[in-house]
Amino acid sequence: MSILVNRDTRVICQGITGKVGEFHTRGCLDYGTRMVGGVTPGKGGDSVADLPVFNTVAEARDATGCNATMIFVPPAFAADAILEAIGAGIELVVAITEGIPVLDMARVLPVLKDSGSRLIGPNCPGVITPGECKIGIMPGYIHTPGHVGVMSRSGTLTYEAVWQLTQLGHGQSSCVGLGGDPLVGSSFIDILTLFEADADTHAILMMGEIGGSAEEEAAEFVKHHVTKPVAAFIAGRTAPPGKRMGHAGAIISGGKGTAEAKLAALRDAGIEIAESPAGMGAAMARAIERSR
Amino acid sequence: MKIHEFQAKDLLRTAGVPVLAGKVVRTPAEARAAYESLGTSVCAVKAQIHAGGRGKGQVTGTGQRGVELAKSPADAERIAAGLLDQTLVTIQTGPAGQLVRQVFVESGCNISRELYCAVLVDRRVGSPVLIASTAGGMDIEEVAATTPELILSEPFDPDRGLAGWQARLLASKLEIPVASWRHAENFFRRLCRAFVDLDASLLEINPLVLATDGTLVALDAKMTFDSSALYRHKDITLLRDQAEEEPAEIRAALAGLSYVKLDGTIGCLVNGAGLAMSTMDLVKLHGGEPANFLDVGGGADVNQVTEAFRIILSDHNVKAILVNIFGGIMRCTTIATALVEASKTIGFSVPLVVRLEGTEVEEGKKILAESGTAIITADGLTEAAKKVVAAAASQA
Repeated sequence: MSILVNRDTRVICQGITGKVGEFHTRGCLDYGTRMVGGVTPGKGGDSVADLPVFNTVAEARDATGCNATMIFVPPAFAADAILEAIGAGIELVVAITEGIPVLDMARVLPVLKDSGSRLIGPNCPGVITPGECKIGIMPGYIHTPGHVGVMSRSGTLTYEAVWQLTQLGHGQSSCVGLGGDPLVGSSFIDILTLFEADADTHAILMMGEIGGSAEEEAAEFVKHHVTKPVAAFIAGRTAPPGKRMGHAGAIISGGKGTAEAKLAALRDAGIEIAESPAGMGAAMARAIERSR
Repeated sequence: MKIHEFQAKDLLRTAGVPVLAGKVVRTPAEARAAYESLGTSVCAVKAQIHAGGRGKGQVTGTGQRGVELAKSPADAERIAAGLLDQTLVTIQTGPAGQLVRQVFVESGCNISRELYCAVLVDRRVGSPVLIASTAGGMDIEEVAATTPELILSEPFDPDRGLAGWQARLLASKLEIPVASWRHAENFFRRLCRAFVDLDASLLEINPLVLATDGTLVALDAKMTFDSSALYRHKDITLLRDQAEEEPAEIRAALAGLSYVKLDGTIGCLVNGAGLAMSTMDLVKLHGGEPANFLDVGGGADVNQVTEAFRIILSDHNVKAILVNIFGGIMRCTTIATALVEASKTIGFSVPLVVRLEGTEVEEGKKILAESGTAIITADGLTEAAKKVVAAAASQA
């Protein structure tokens, strides 16, 4: 078992004819993902990486039976692509695109809420169940199958954490990048719920960052609803207030969203803290050890 | 992207949100003329800088406030002279302060009550919200922390906008007299409409004034924009005042890089915002001070990465550079090629510690090794941090 994706997940790529879309479609194929097609309006009938290209998601779904999509559509059109995937009833929508206007996402979220689809991202590395299915841009080789569920708001920081886990001999059940934008489809709590229910996930590692209150909410949820050992790292302890650090959401304003407040909430929930980004894997190992 | 108060008020006026008449000026003589042309007995003379807290801020050396009232043309001229080309230090500028290049001379109004309102996107609700409070003119963050019950919040759909009843509900809770509800409804709904139409990320009115004649007026206006949406607002990009921004940050933005200048000695070049922040944390943890945040992003090419090195090296505080790349979309070969290129074209005057992992890592390491470029390699984060802190110390 795992969460969100496994060896039976049938995946299309929206934006497959773009340079980046094609590159990562090939990367997913190489990893063993069951890529079954792609969508680019106006390019229907073409093929990319030996996969059929369709004009619409609905056509792709009817022809391939896909139940997941990976979106590489440019930011100005990406919200529309997400809505198209939701409209076609695709179960899992993974939006990699960075730089979607925030209000475009505010228009997507109510539609998402009333649908049966789940959205991961945007502005995220994607989702992977090691050894089975990779939907996204993460380097596959750093992962190893196992029982730690990993989730994060940041892409490359997730790779770092996964790499540390792998080197310590802790494989991963599934790894989920939530995305660095202010409005994203899935929260820490959504994914915590899935990990808690997944028999194959024995422990959970989360990476948060300054800004917003998602980590505090996650800590509160862990306190009351999660029985598995949890470890966490918060990026941005040294970031000065008022300066936005890359991610649209990563800003400390008026004393809200500081690393200290988040760490305090996480500690209060009994979560093992990694003080250094070099110690994320070790913190997970400690939390697992402690729970034995 | 930030804009000045007078620019925000121009945008609000166009959107039908009531603001007072005013003129932006660049000399004391112009301030005098502006006072005379406005024809009110009292004018506010306000420093225009991209930072809040001006009313309590002080001009370095004289202690003059960033916002003062003028009761005569001579008064306006004197206040403007005390602000223009002077450095204003506020709670938001940091101790170095900011140079005042223009001042806004604005008509006065008769204030009955001062309220607060702002429009922003609430992550928890997943939509824009109008927030309001009776605690106008105060530090709203302070109010939110100590008396959250005084903060009212109404979410709204971006396309439908704020409903009339929501505006009236807020007016009622803010104890705005019923006779003024028509004004309140217009004010709040148009403000929300402007926020959406302009793709703002923050539109803050503090204070929002209930005037003695029963109308509502935006006495101050702070507006920032969603940089991801600027592609559809060419007119707003023209309002950018580059003089208010850090030159290296402008240069980085042009190259599609995310750069924030800091005060330390260790330059950082990283891919991904989370890892970039973590790398800064790591440097600090090992006794160093980061000179910058720099995220080269996922899709950067050799030219962009070379420019990133140039930007880091343009900061003369930098004593050593830490390159920390975990390739995903970004390939280690791109970074390695750019590093070799930068070394040839600009030359590295400071030690360079490089840690590569991820997509095409072996090929990237090979490019570096074969180039003969003088670098210090590191495996893993802790080793990289220790080496760069030691390298910077050896340069001091």
